[in-house]
Amino acid sequence: MKKNDYIIKVEDMTVAYSTKPVLWDIDLDIPKGVLMAIVGPNGAGKSTLIKAMLDLIKPVSGKVLFNGESYKEHRKHIGYVPQSESVDWDFPANVLDVVLMGRYGELGWFKRPGKKDKDLAIDALEKVGMKEFADRQISQLSGGQQQRIFLARALVQDADIYFMDEPFKGVDAKTEGAIVELLKELKNRGKTLIVVHHDLQTVPEYFDWVVLLNRQIVKVGPVEEVFTDENLNKTYKSTGQILKR
Amino acid sequence: MNIINLILTDYTLQIVSLGSALLGIISGVLGSFAVIRKESLLGDAVSHSALPGIALAFLLTGTKNTEVLLLGALLSGLLSTFLINGISKYSRIKFDSALALILSVFFGGGLVLLTYIQKVPNANQAGLEKFIFGQASTVLLRDVKIIAILGTILLLLVLAFWKEFKIVSFDIDFAESLGFDTKKITFLLFAMIVTSIIIGLQTVGVILMSAMLTAPAVAARQWTDKLHIMVILSALFGAISGIGGTIVSSVVSKLPTGPMIVIIISTIVIISLALAPNRGLVWRYLRNVKNQRSIGEDQVLANLYHLYVNHDNEGHCHDLITINPDANLQQKGKENIQKQLEDLKKKGFTRSNSLDKWCITDSGIEYVENYFKEGEE
Repeated sequence: MKKNDYIIKVEDMTVAYSTKPVLWDIDLDIPKGVLMAIVGPNGAGKSTLIKAMLDLIKPVSGKVLFNGESYKEHRKHIGYVPQSESVDWDFPANVLDVVLMGRYGELGWFKRPGKKDKDLAIDALEKVGMKEFADRQISQLSGGQQQRIFLARALVQDADIYFMDEPFKGVDAKTEGAIVELLKELKNRGKTLIVVHHDLQTVPEYFDWVVLLNRQIVKVGPVEEVFTDENLNKTYKSTGQILKR
Repeated sequence: MNIINLILTDYTLQIVSLGSALLGIISGVLGSFAVIRKESLLGDAVSHSALPGIALAFLLTGTKNTEVLLLGALLSGLLSTFLINGISKYSRIKFDSALALILSVFFGGGLVLLTYIQKVPNANQAGLEKFIFGQASTVLLRDVKIIAILGTILLLLVLAFWKEFKIVSFDIDFAESLGFDTKKITFLLFAMIVTSIIIGLQTVGVILMSAMLTAPAVAARQWTDKLHIMVILSALFGAISGIGGTIVSSVVSKLPTGPMIVIIISTIVIISLALAPNRGLVWRYLRNVKNQRSIGEDQVLANLYHLYVNHDNEGHCHDLITINPDANLQQKGKENIQKQLEDLKKKGFTRSNSLDKWCITDSGIEYVENYFKEGEE
């Protein structure tokens, strides 16, 4: 990978809620086409990092560049999969409605999703193995199914860069396997994926790039170089959390 | 017969009913969004907080024109929400406490001002008390016209921004990431909800207006899982209760309109909570009973299967107490198991011999084995 092949650059980013910094002086270069995990203890600011990169939280300082452009200029090429607990699943909508929301950004003001959008949504549902659930009310879905719906919603955006906030949370082993396959397929098609991840054990198996985060960046790079016991101890030592690998 | 006659001939009643029906439609539609966004309580705060605005508008301008008074209501309602949001954002006071605080301060202030107005000479018998409980009979044709115009604007806006309101209500972060200006969309929607509240103050009153906003939507949600059907049903329920309440309160003298409308819409809510398919309480109870029974049946069948596996001999049948080993089994329990075995027999999963002993059939074995296979996947 060439040195100047970075697609995302974070420079001097600090995020604070009131006076306490949640993220402190983050500098991060993410190369194109990686499947990257953001790993760190609870409260390390993992979700905050991707939210700040997506302009959902205003950092107190620093900037983020996508291919040299600001987030706003590059927004069409960026997909986001929030934590599935972040919404009320008793909302009156069915699976297809939710996936179609991924098309809303393309539609512009006043326009409703049409047949083409529905076809794209059904395709995305098929990719996550949920096609036969299209008419299902979303309150009847399991945690794993909710997660797959959110993935499908991001897939219909057909972005180049995907941000995912704990896509394996509350998911059974079978679904986890299916999601990993999907992420790897996206990577093979040249997409860049940035995933907040909790399970240290699976990092080497699922990802090829990793950020070790604990308010500051402890280490970033290819998994085989960076994901060492020494670096993990550095990341987790302040927390007293016992490392299980 | 008298009532029907009255409606057909009484011009005033027709005007008033029309006003209430429009009000019901508007608050039903906007209320649906307030409910799915969990902002019903904010609606309550806005309507209570409108009272001092009404009183101040009268004191400052000396006019009783509805539009002027309602403009005052709008301003003080909006001020209250800014204060509530500000307090919960910049102090350690939580949102619900801030809401209760502001609501009661504004409402109390409004009551003080109303009492003051009554004592002012030449106050022209302002009749502002009607805004507390609402008095539909004071609605004039020009008021109905204002309601109709505002209502049309609100409904057109809902149609125009349907997908924006929907996505912002469901997942605001995702909407923001798609490039929607969620702040502006949220503000527009909220301003529309506030407007629909203000429109209803004359008819329903500041105390009960939040019921008008919340109840039709809650009832409608019971019957459907689709947002557009929920909004339409909610409008329908709002209209029915608006007309119903107005007619009852005009037929029975001294009956305030607001409470009457609220009683009717509450009845619709109770019926919906109880009877709606899928979400209704009765429906859920019946489904639970059915589930319980099939879990019981599955358990009985599984026990029979284990007995069959242990005996290696399909012909070997068992009595009830072996099938369900329970030292405390009472007569009622036995009858229950007997019934479950009979039900399973109807499905072809069990059979009994002449000694009233039971065993599992081939199709029963197949059912159990398939079931466990699926579970293992």
